[in-house]
Amino acid sequence: MSQKSIIDRLAILADAAKYDASCASSGTAKKNSLGGKGIGSTEGMGICHAYAPDGRCISLLKLLLTNHCIFDCHYCINRKSSNVERARFTPQEIVDLTLSFYRRNYIEGLFLSSGIIKSSNHTMEQLVETARILREEHDFRGYIHLKTIPEADPELVHQAGLYADRVSINVELPTDSGLVKLAPDKNAQQIEGAMGGMKMAIRQAKDEKKRFRHAPRFAPAGQSTQMIVGADAATDADIVGKASRLYDNFRLRRVYYSAFSPIPDASAVLPLKRPPLIREHRLYQSDWLMRFYGYQPSEVMQATEADGNLPLDIDPKLAWALKFRERFPVDVNRASREDLLRVPGLGVKAVNQIVASRRHRTLRLDDVARLTVSITKVRPFICALDWRPVMLTDRADLRALLAPKREQLELFSA
Amino acid sequence: MNALQPVEHHTHYAIHLLEPDDFDAWRERARALVQCDVPPDRVTWIEPGGSGDLFADGERQLPVRSDGAAPVRASKRFVRLAKNAILHSDPDRFALLYRLLWRLQGNPQVMEDKADPDVRRIEELDKNVRRDSHKMHAFVRFRLVETEEDGPEHYVAWFEPEHHILRANAGFFVRRFANMRWSILTPQESLHWDGEALVEGPPAQRSDAPSGDPTEDLWRKYYASIFNPARLKVGAMMREMPRKYWKNMPEASLIPELVAGAQGRESQMVAAGSLEFDARPETLGAIETALHACRKCPIGELENSSVMGEGPRGAQKFSGLMIVGEQPGDQEDLAGRPFVGPAGQLLDLHLERVGIDRSSAYVTNAVKHFKYVQRGKRRIHQSPAAKEIDTCRWWLEAERSIVQPKLILTMGASAARAMLGKTVSITKARGAPIMLSDGSELWVTAHPSYLLRLDGAAREEQARMFDADLAAVKARLAELAN
Ligand code: SF4
Repeated sequence: MSQKSIIDRLAILADAAKYDASCASSGTAKKNSLGGKGIGSTEGMGICHAYAPDGRCISLLKLLLTNHCIFDCHYCINRKSSNVERARFTPQEIVDLTLSFYRRNYIEGLFLSSGIIKSSNHTMEQLVETARILREEHDFRGYIHLKTIPEADPELVHQAGLYADRVSINVELPTDSGLVKLAPDKNAQQIEGAMGGMKMAIRQAKDEKKRFRHAPRFAPAGQSTQMIVGADAATDADIVGKASRLYDNFRLRRVYYSAFSPIPDASAVLPLKRPPLIREHRLYQSDWLMRFYGYQPSEVMQATEADGNLPLDIDPKLAWALKFRERFPVDVNRASREDLLRVPGLGVKAVNQIVASRRHRTLRLDDVARLTVSITKVRPFICALDWRPVMLTDRADLRALLAPKREQLELFSA
Repeated sequence: MNALQPVEHHTHYAIHLLEPDDFDAWRERARALVQCDVPPDRVTWIEPGGSGDLFADGERQLPVRSDGAAPVRASKRFVRLAKNAILHSDPDRFALLYRLLWRLQGNPQVMEDKADPDVRRIEELDKNVRRDSHKMHAFVRFRLVETEEDGPEHYVAWFEPEHHILRANAGFFVRRFANMRWSILTPQESLHWDGEALVEGPPAQRSDAPSGDPTEDLWRKYYASIFNPARLKVGAMMREMPRKYWKNMPEASLIPELVAGAQGRESQMVAAGSLEFDARPETLGAIETALHACRKCPIGELENSSVMGEGPRGAQKFSGLMIVGEQPGDQEDLAGRPFVGPAGQLLDLHLERVGIDRSSAYVTNAVKHFKYVQRGKRRIHQSPAAKEIDTCRWWLEAERSIVQPKLILTMGASAARAMLGKTVSITKARGAPIMLSDGSELWVTAHPSYLLRLDGAAREEQARMFDADLAAVKARLAELAN
C-alpha cells in the first residue's frame, strides 16, 4: 500500500486531535531567538493565530503523531476497535511541518499527542524525539506542549519535561468508576502517580534554578490536564470536586474540560447525544470563580441544583447569589473587594475600578454603570449613593428576570 | 498659572506633527504649550496627511516659553497610556492627550478617576491599540518569495493595521524571527529585517507582496481539520477574528464553506456515533423483533437469523443468574435458540452435575448473530471481533436491564469483554466476583466449547475447573438469595 501524502495525513491526524480542548500557549518562561541560530520566541502571553469556526483559538499546531492505538477507550475515536482511517507521522515530518508553519507566523509552536503504538515507552520515545530535534537540531525557541503517556517509564516522562514548555497528563474522566467502565486499559492510580511525579520534578527544577543559574528549565509552563464531560454519569459537583483536588494535589496550571463529542464510530456504551456545550461553558465559569474570584469548591457545589449539576440557563455566580440572597445588596461604596467580587455582573476589572474610583468620589449608580457591561444585571445586588434596590432580592421571579432570553442560534451571515 | 503671560490670550495654535506615531515629538510640543499656559481649546493638532479644522491656519510657531515656567508634571500612568494611545488612528487623540496633560497640572490625581470621561477615553484608545498590536502579532502571514540561488530565504507579509502600530511592534518580530530575513509591508510604510538590522521603507501596495505560498495549502488543510463541527460558535470566532483581518489570512477564505458544511458534518458524526440506535427497547419481545433487523455490524449481513436469550417468565422462577456465552453457532442459528448445539449440551451436563437448574437462569449470548465462513456446504464458526462485540453489547445491555440479574456468569473471553468493555484473562479472573457498577456481580469462566476442543488429562483438568466455577456461582447465588 502506498504511503499517504503529507497533506492527507495532516488531515487525518489533525482531525483526530480536535477533541483535545487545550491549545493554550501561555505562561511559560520568556525566550527569544536573538543570539541563537534558530527561530522562535515566547513572551509570556500566548497568541491565538487564528480562530476556528468552533470559536476556539488556534495557537499551536495540534497533532497526533499517530492515531493507531493499542488501547481501547470507548470515548476515544482512536481506540483499537474503531475502524477510523489510520495514519502516522515520523518525528522528522512533524518537525518540518512545525518549522514551516512557524516561519510563516501561523503558530506559536507545537502541541503533540499520540495514540499508543507498540508500547507506551516506544510512543513516549517518539514524542520526546520530536521535541529533541526541534530544540537541539533547530534551536527552536517557540512553545512545545507534550501530552505524556502515564504508563511510560518515568525517566522518559522526565525527558519530556526537559524539552517541553508544558506537559499534560489527562485524567480523562471525573470518576474512577467512569474510567474503569470507559477506559479499561487505563488506571487512575497510574495517571495520578505520573501527575505527582511531574509535580515533584517541576518543583525540584524551580529550586535548582534559584540556586544555579544554568540549571536546565523543566516544563516552565507547568502541567495541565483534561477531563471529558458528559461521557459518563458524573455530575458537575463531581467534576468540580475532582478539579479542585487536582489543583490542590498536583499544582496544575489548568484543568480543561472537553464536552464529549459524538465520535464517528462510537461504541455502544456511550450516550447517544452530546451534552450541551453550555455545560462545558458553565464548568469553565466555575473554574474561573475558583481561580480568580475566591470561591471555594464547596461554594461552587452549593450553586448546583438538586441533580448535582449547575443550572444551564444562568451562570454559576448568579446561581450562587440567588441561593444566598441574604448576602446582598452589597454597598459599592463600602463593601470589601471580596464581597464586591460576589456581585453577579461585576468582573475583576470592574471591581478594581470601583475600588480605585471610590477613593475620589462616592459612587452613584451611573458611575457604576460606566464601569460595567450591563447595569441591569448588577442593579438588584448593589447599593450606591443614590440607589437601593427595592427588596428586589426577595422577588421570586428574580431568576426569570435576570436569566438571558433564549437566544436564537447565531446564524452565519455570509 | 504662570506669573508671566507671554501668550496672547486669543491666539490659536495649529501644531503640525511630522509622524503620526512619534510620542517624543508630541511630548516636546505639549510641554512647551503647557509651560506657556495655552489652554487645550486653543490648540489644533494636525498629523501628516490630516486636514486641520477651522483653526488649521492658526499660529504655527510655538509660543516662547518664559524662563521661570514651572516644570510640567505627568503621572507615570499617563505617560504609559499616552505612548500607546498616540498610535491610535483617531485624529482627536493628540487633543485628548493634551487636555489630560493640562488637567494633570491642576489635579495630579486625574488619572485615578476611572469614571472620568477623558480618562475612560484614553484607556479605550490604549485598549484598541493594544488589541490591534496583538492582532498584528497573530495575523501577519509571511509568504516565502523566490530569491537568487544562495541568498537567504526571504519572507514577506502584507498587513493592513487599523492604527499606526507597525514601528512600535517591530521588536516583536525581530525577537521572534531574529535569524530570518523578512519584510512587513503596509499601506502606510514598510519594515525590512535582514537578520542584523531593521530598515524602514516607504508605503507599499498589496501587489508588492507575494500572492501565495505552497505551504498555505497545508495550513488550510490543518485549519479545516482541527475544528470540531459539533461545536460551532461563529459569534466567538467573529469577535476574536473580525472580518476586517480576513482578507490577508489564507485560511479565512474557507470559513463560509466550513460553517455551511458543519451541520452536515455534525449530523454525520452523530449518526455514525450513535449507530442509529434509537431508544432502548423496553421488553424482551421488542428486543427480539428489533434484533432480526439489526445490521449494525457485518455479522448481521451474513445469512443467518438472530438468536435471543431465553429464561424463566415470572420472577419466582428466576434465580437471579444470567449466563452469557459468546455467540450462537450453526445449530442455534437454525433453531433460533441459545445453547442447543454440542457446547450447549455440555453446559447442561455440567449444570446438572453441580445442581444448577438451567431453566431458572436467563441464558444468552454476547453477540446475537452467528458469524461464520462458508466452506462448501459447511458454515465454519468465526470468533467475533472486539468491535463487533462492543457494538452488539447494546443488545446485551438492553436484555440485562430488563432481566436484572444479581449474578452474571460469562463464559469465554468474548462474553467477558461484552460485560467489561475490555479483554480479560480468564485464567486470572476466574474464581472471584468482579463488582459491577449497579451492584451486581460478574463471575467469569471458560466457554464449554473450549472444553470440547481438549482431550484426555487436559480436558479433565478443565472440566474440574469449570465445575468448580459453577459450584462457586451456585454457592454465591444462595448467599445472595438470603
Ligand atoms: S451481531 Fe449484534 S450488532 Fe451485529 S448485526 Fe447482529 S445483532 Fe447487530
